[in-house]
Amino acid sequence: MKNFQQEEQEVLHKESGIFGASLHRRSFLQYAGAGAAGIALVAAGCKKDNETSGSGVNLGSGDIGILNYAYALEQLEAAFYDAVIKTPYSNMPANELSLLTDIRDHELAHREFFKKALGTSAIPGLEVDFTSINFSSRQNVLATAKVFEDLGVSAYNGAGKLIKSADYLLLAGKIVSVEARHAALIRDLIENGTFANMEVIDANGLDKARTPAEVLSMAQSFLKTSINASNLPS
Amino acid sequence: MNIISILEEIEKVDAEVYERFSPRRAAMKQFYSFGSKVAIAAAPLALGSMFKKAYGQTSTVAVDAVLNFALKLEYLEYYFYQQGAAASGLVPAGTPAVAAINTIRDHELAHVNLLKGAITGLGKTPVSFTASNFDYTAGGNFSTVFSDYPTFLAVAQVFEDTGVRAYKGQAGNLMATPSVLQTALQIHSVEARHASHIRQMRKTAAGGGVTALKPWITGANDSGVAAAAASYAGEDNIIQAGVTITSLGVSASAATESFDEPLTMAQVNSIASLFIK
Repeated sequence: MKNFQQEEQEVLHKESGIFGASLHRRSFLQYAGAGAAGIALVAAGCKKDNETSGSGVNLGSGDIGILNYAYALEQLEAAFYDAVIKTPYSNMPANELSLLTDIRDHELAHREFFKKALGTSAIPGLEVDFTSINFSSRQNVLATAKVFEDLGVSAYNGAGKLIKSADYLLLAGKIVSVEARHAALIRDLIENGTFANMEVIDANGLDKARTPAEVLSMAQSFLKTSINASNLPS
Repeated sequence: MNIISILEEIEKVDAEVYERFSPRRAAMKQFYSFGSKVAIAAAPLALGSMFKKAYGQTSTVAVDAVLNFALKLEYLEYYFYQQGAAASGLVPAGTPAVAAINTIRDHELAHVNLLKGAITGLGKTPVSFTASNFDYTAGGNFSTVFSDYPTFLAVAQVFEDTGVRAYKGQAGNLMATPSVLQTALQIHSVEARHASHIRQMRKTAAGGGVTALKPWITGANDSGVAAAAASYAGEDNIIQAGVTITSLGVSASAATESFDEPLTMAQVNSIASLFIK
């Protein structure tokens, strides 16, 4: 029953209008979010979502699961750009160092934001596997950055409709457009004018949207930690 | 579990909590009575449904109204690029800028057509605009918009950044229609890609570059266009969901850059009205 005491506090934080504390608001979201709220709440009160088990790190369910999914991707991106800046490719031009440092800082902000906002509901830090990346090669670094950025954009685009809380949907929206700015810039660094070419934008002028399963199957090759998304909404 | 104490706690910060649930307090008393009788496992279900009604996202703007709002903005952008691309000597010939502007123009046209189809599909009437409906000088503020390349790019940047903010602000109004929401998000990120590229173009634009500009929005109005302040209002926010981003180990600039901010429909309409005759 202590969950309900938590929820009482969470409701208070919500109603203060500021989300004062960063702690898990899972249950409030499930109250406020959408259909089947009550059923999800009962489930939330009865099981732990994020345990590491033999089947890898479990992202959890509901909005918390989607936020952990985003947190996982931001961890991956932040670790990548951290390595890019720590071991820059040779003769990295000053403007590229500046832009890539900015992107590293943005991804770091995203990662740390999710960690703090998720509180005890956050998945643990993931172990990355960058053995396939040649950080001394500009071409390889930018090509990998392009994959990560386009993937991130498509991930948020595909996850938006799975989010039940309008507040969290807006947060995802605030982040995805920054990822899209990154994606366009990285593409332009590789080849000017490819910021939104037919590789990513279809004939209707739409960017890609991918399901969590599609995204994670692409991301997993850069992760030692196995991600279990089986409880995510679909 | 004490539902009533939860409600009382809410009342301390939201005096109208009971009114949200029901215009009549008497109805709440009925709930107390109801709550005391139902099984513990069932109570959250009832409570969940009650909270949803009181605080849940209620779409106050109909989907077709959101789509028509978006369509107006896409028309605004499309005719802007269409005229810019057609203006002799504006976009430097023989440079990558020509293809870039054409690409963006074509995306905006695709968005126009997609939205028209979606609105028609809902059984509603799409708004209709032609080039003659727009005044891209904004009443003379940008009198050289189709003759001076830096001015053209400056207005383009403001349109793209505003467009991103406009779609972001409407996402919540589309939650009840997941497929429409996803489509809107897929347009939203394309506008952000455009914004990123236009900003890069402005850095080295023939006729006057804005060298400090980045592909992302730093602080509030970084456009160099004072008249565009409304399009960037609030972009300098550094607090997200109660978390102060600068406390996470990044600079104030990075904190504002890493999260784009929304605009309301009213804010965007006010901005767009400057360009509509």
